[in-house]
Amino acid sequence: MSGHSHDHDHDHDHDHDHDHPGEHGAPLSGPALRAKALESLLVEKGLVDPAALDQLIDRYETKVGPRNGARVVARAWTDPAFKRRLLQDTSAAMAEFGYTGRQGENMVAVENTPKVHNMVCCTLCSCYPWPVLGLPPVWYKSAPYRARAVIDPRGVLKEFGVTLGDDVEVRVWDSTAELRYLVLPMRPPGTEGMTEDQLAELVTRDSMIGTGVVKQP
Amino acid sequence: MNGVHDLGGMHGFGPVEPEPNEPVFHAPWERRVFALNVIGGMLGTWNIDMSRYARELMPPAEYLATSYYEHWLYGLEKLAVEQGLITREELDARVKTLASGAAVPETKPAAPPAGLRIVRPAEVERLLSTGNPFRVDVDVPPRFKAGERVLTKNFQPLGHTRLPRYARAKRGVIDRDHGVFVFPDTNAARRDKKPQHCYSVRFEAREIWGPEAPANEFIHIDLWDDYLEPA
Repeated sequence: MSGHSHDHDHDHDHDHDHDHPGEHGAPLSGPALRAKALESLLVEKGLVDPAALDQLIDRYETKVGPRNGARVVARAWTDPAFKRRLLQDTSAAMAEFGYTGRQGENMVAVENTPKVHNMVCCTLCSCYPWPVLGLPPVWYKSAPYRARAVIDPRGVLKEFGVTLGDDVEVRVWDSTAELRYLVLPMRPPGTEGMTEDQLAELVTRDSMIGTGVVKQP
Repeated sequence: MNGVHDLGGMHGFGPVEPEPNEPVFHAPWERRVFALNVIGGMLGTWNIDMSRYARELMPPAEYLATSYYEHWLYGLEKLAVEQGLITREELDARVKTLASGAAVPETKPAAPPAGLRIVRPAEVERLLSTGNPFRVDVDVPPRFKAGERVLTKNFQPLGHTRLPRYARAKRGVIDRDHGVFVFPDTNAARRDKKPQHCYSVRFEAREIWGPEAPANEFIHIDLWDDYLEPA
């Protein structure tokens, strides 16, 4: 729910520990309490190694994120052979960067053109291509997006600041199976002389979900 | 099941609200719940379709009033209890102890039951960068090929399904064949993989939402053979 983010609007510095008294030794409550109870039991029974949890958290908090996808997109813009491979066998092309594995085993890249705009959602849960985009933002998993992406894509796009011409076909990809989708956004004009690294800087997370456009140079 | 998780096409939730500079996690407990779900799934006691179904069983009013990682916590508690890893009584007792501010006595982790995969830190990177094979390497003939017209099933199963309500009894066209995949409905219900072809099926927005939808909007939904009939 969008209310989730409201709870944290006062605090965008990534340091939320003060919201959670348990971190300071006071009793825990709410989901923090239940999570701690469950983890402590599973650890006690030898089913979960807490150091493995730490390792996994670190991977998705610091190593895997939309910068991965941006590099893939920039390569596709500059290397036509790579772009062909990306559109034909997306997971294999991503593997050239080492972007493989969980929630990206079966990837499909879909290309935006002046006549076709692609947008990805998961109406049933939160399916999202982790190896190239990291973990999904709250809005992607929230009821408003999951409800409206399929019935009012142009309305949703407008809220994201994307206005499409009436002649542009909108294709919404509802990730109901184990396929994960990456939108290949259009390369902006005026970027002819730019290097792959410079181009990657223009590629936003939302442009690869299809709810945003690439930054202009 | 016709659950509240099946949100496609519903009205009244208001605008999508992106959060500027959103952190990956919003609280320390979210980190733990995320990791517990992934590592817990690797024990091999349940499959991904069972975990999705467990989250779908959260009561609807609670589902809409809670954050996504609370859904994941609910599902994980349910699976851990149902699969006999813990009991509801010991979980409730542990919640009570921690809520009182009392410390949980430090104990040496027990020897886990045989046959479960206990993930160690050194394996995490390899396991995650390998992922899970959902595409199944068995020779099942496809019932449809690209370009063929299909009609989706009209059914209301109580169990898990990945055919959303908004796409039932609708006509579409096979856009592409993704290959052979585990079938989630039976995999969630009884660990029966029932491998079959999964396709991207292209629907006109007008077929789904009626004549007022724009003519040049399409929804692509990934659907298995068992959801489809020739049209």
